Amino acid sequence: MPEEKINLEEFAEKEYKYGFVTDIEMETAPRGLNEDIIRLISNKKNEPEFMLEMRLKAFQQWKRMTEPHWANVNYNSIDYQDIIYYAAPKQKPQLKSLDEVDPELLQTFDKLGIPLAEQKRLANVAVDAVFDSVSVATTYKEKLSELGIIFCSMSEAIQNHPELIKKYLGSVVPSTDNFYAALNAAVFSDGSFCFIPKGVRCPMELSTYFRINAADTGQFERTLIVADEGSYVSYLEGCTAPIRDTNQLHAAVVELIALENAEIKYSTVQNWYAGDKAGKGGIYNFVTKRGICKGNNSKISWTQVETGSAITWKYPSCILLGDNSVGEFYSVALTNNFQQADTGTKMIHLGKNTKSTIVSKGISAGKSQNSYRGLVRISNKAENSRNFSQCDSLLIGDKCGAHTFPYLEVNNPTAKVEHEATTSKIGEDQIFYLNQRGISKEDAISLIVNGYCKEVFLELPMEFAVEASKLLSVSLEGSVG
Amino acid sequence: MLEIKNLFVNVEGKAILRGIDLKVNAGEIHAIMGPNGSGKSTLANVIAGREGYEIMSGEVLFKGLNLFEMEPEDRAREGIFLAFQYPVEIPGISNATFLKTAVNEVRKHKGEEEMDAMEFLSLMKSKMKMLDMDEAMMSRSVNQGFSGGEKKRNEIFQMLMLEPKLALLDETDSGLDIDALKIVSNGVNLLKEKIKDKAIIVVTHYQRLLNYIVPDFVHVLYNGRIVKSGGKELALELEEKGYDWIKNGEST
Repeated sequence: MPEEKINLEEFAEKEYKYGFVTDIEMETAPRGLNEDIIRLISNKKNEPEFMLEMRLKAFQQWKRMTEPHWANVNYNSIDYQDIIYYAAPKQKPQLKSLDEVDPELLQTFDKLGIPLAEQKRLANVAVDAVFDSVSVATTYKEKLSELGIIFCSMSEAIQNHPELIKKYLGSVVPSTDNFYAALNAAVFSDGSFCFIPKGVRCPMELSTYFRINAADTGQFERTLIVADEGSYVSYLEGCTAPIRDTNQLHAAVVELIALENAEIKYSTVQNWYAGDKAGKGGIYNFVTKRGICKGNNSKISWTQVETGSAITWKYPSCILLGDNSVGEFYSVALTNNFQQADTGTKMIHLGKNTKSTIVSKGISAGKSQNSYRGLVRISNKAENSRNFSQCDSLLIGDKCGAHTFPYLEVNNPTAKVEHEATTSKIGEDQIFYLNQRGISKEDAISLIVNGYCKEVFLELPMEFAVEASKLLSVSLEGSVG
Repeated sequence: MLEIKNLFVNVEGKAILRGIDLKVNAGEIHAIMGPNGSGKSTLANVIAGREGYEIMSGEVLFKGLNLFEMEPEDRAREGIFLAFQYPVEIPGISNATFLKTAVNEVRKHKGEEEMDAMEFLSLMKSKMKMLDMDEAMMSRSVNQGFSGGEKKRNEIFQMLMLEPKLALLDETDSGLDIDALKIVSNGVNLLKEKIKDKAIIVVTHYQRLLNYIVPDFVHVLYNGRIVKSGGKELALELEEKGYDWIKNGEST
């Protein structure tokens, strides 16, 4: 036995438990992207003219852009004409209650651990469930509306609150921002919208659960959260997809707006299908997430646990415009097998006394590549700004890679910017020590990794933290021989 | 309880253990002494199942089980405990979490119910008291920032919590001052007193630990072989005459 070396790099593949496909009647657009497809999407959604114009403008801009390749990830260029841009479950329009939702769909979400039926709803979490491109159900709507909180699908928001959409949609991430943001603006099919009125503290967690089901479709959803003066909201996002051996594109845009004294906490547990052990299949997760602390004393906090996707390209960022505003980014990114992640944040300090904190924990296993990329920019007007960044990398085995790309631009001499970075490896002596106390290799790794991520997990809402911790263990399962 | 038969072990192609035979019965304390590089730690680590050792021949039976067919964690669950010469630091995991996991793994293996947090806490507190340990140590990361003495004490504490059948103490006395040595020895004796079906193997360079943990048998390991065995008086003789006496003896 002792001559049989512990192979840290021999991560066996744990079955992805969300990999099932739901058999449901779908309505899909033909493959490819052109103005007709965009008109079709807009028409399907019965959108007002301004939305169609916005989409067409974004499409024109997108056509002039090229796919970005500066990230530390490798993949063959995507054929954008081979993607289906609209897929929706066939259903009766205008659902009045959950009883009218296709039972197959409700079952799907039940299987995912997201019960939508009101009597079984998650304790104190309101859920908007997005299946392929369409929001299928939003729970707790009435209760929230008593407080003046709007929480609905993006499609409904466009119909019912066009003035808010006009004012805020694209105001943080304009369609000109980047290739995928432009693509999203042109073809997005649904997503969640949330508005917290002045002085209201949202009494429950709001949550969107994204599910890709159909094959060969892209998922382009759009989330917009506006927290009016003095309000507070905590928002959760979860995602899964079936196992398929082709890559699927997910290009979402999330915009957060915090007005004076408002606070938005945005948590993500990303568990898209990551591809198989040999690197086949998996989701390309190219997402633009950005929030603006528009008012003084406002705060935006991003927490993400990224364990899925074949490729992740994502930089949840904060624009700290208001004086004394605060931006936070807490991230755990785990890559295994052939996964690639290039993720991090941007903290743009514009206002006085603005503060930002970045805590990034990267874990690489298998043959994966994990990069942190972060920008801290202090503008010349941002007096007394502060940033603290901590970027840690943990390596499991010796065939994976961890990379850190910090960018610092400090244009004000009163700013204080600190950056700490560490790289460590799970030592075989650490594993043996735990083994010798009766703890298996897998549990040993899981203990070490969870300990390493503790700082970030503390930022997650309770149920999510437990979920995230389990998810890490599952993603790492079989990582030792 | 433990039977080592004709054990040959290489490390990186070099013969370290060259035919060890040893039998340890329940209720016995054995001391393995010898100069540096004689193979003492290798023996302890091979029994615990650390990798990097090539078993050339021989076998080790523990309660009749062939240890070389078992993973290190299974050996631990069966009741083998190694107090490390150099306890490893594991940042991010609290001592309490780590030990609760370990205790419950062993209990699960025995078919016992897992211990809940309250039970565990009170057990922990009582054992810590025996070793004169500060309770604050439990919320600190495993061995991180511990002094040499604290680390060794933590090993003995873990041993008392896990209540192994066979405890291997690998140079537990190194780096301890006399007060710490007494406390650690007390801890070891507590284990022995508690249940009669236990055995302890003390690996040490010096005799001084054996003043406190009195062995039933002393074996002198030199050049990968047990060259002399005797009662506790052998340790005193070694202290007096030094290892040269043995070395010369072996060459003749």
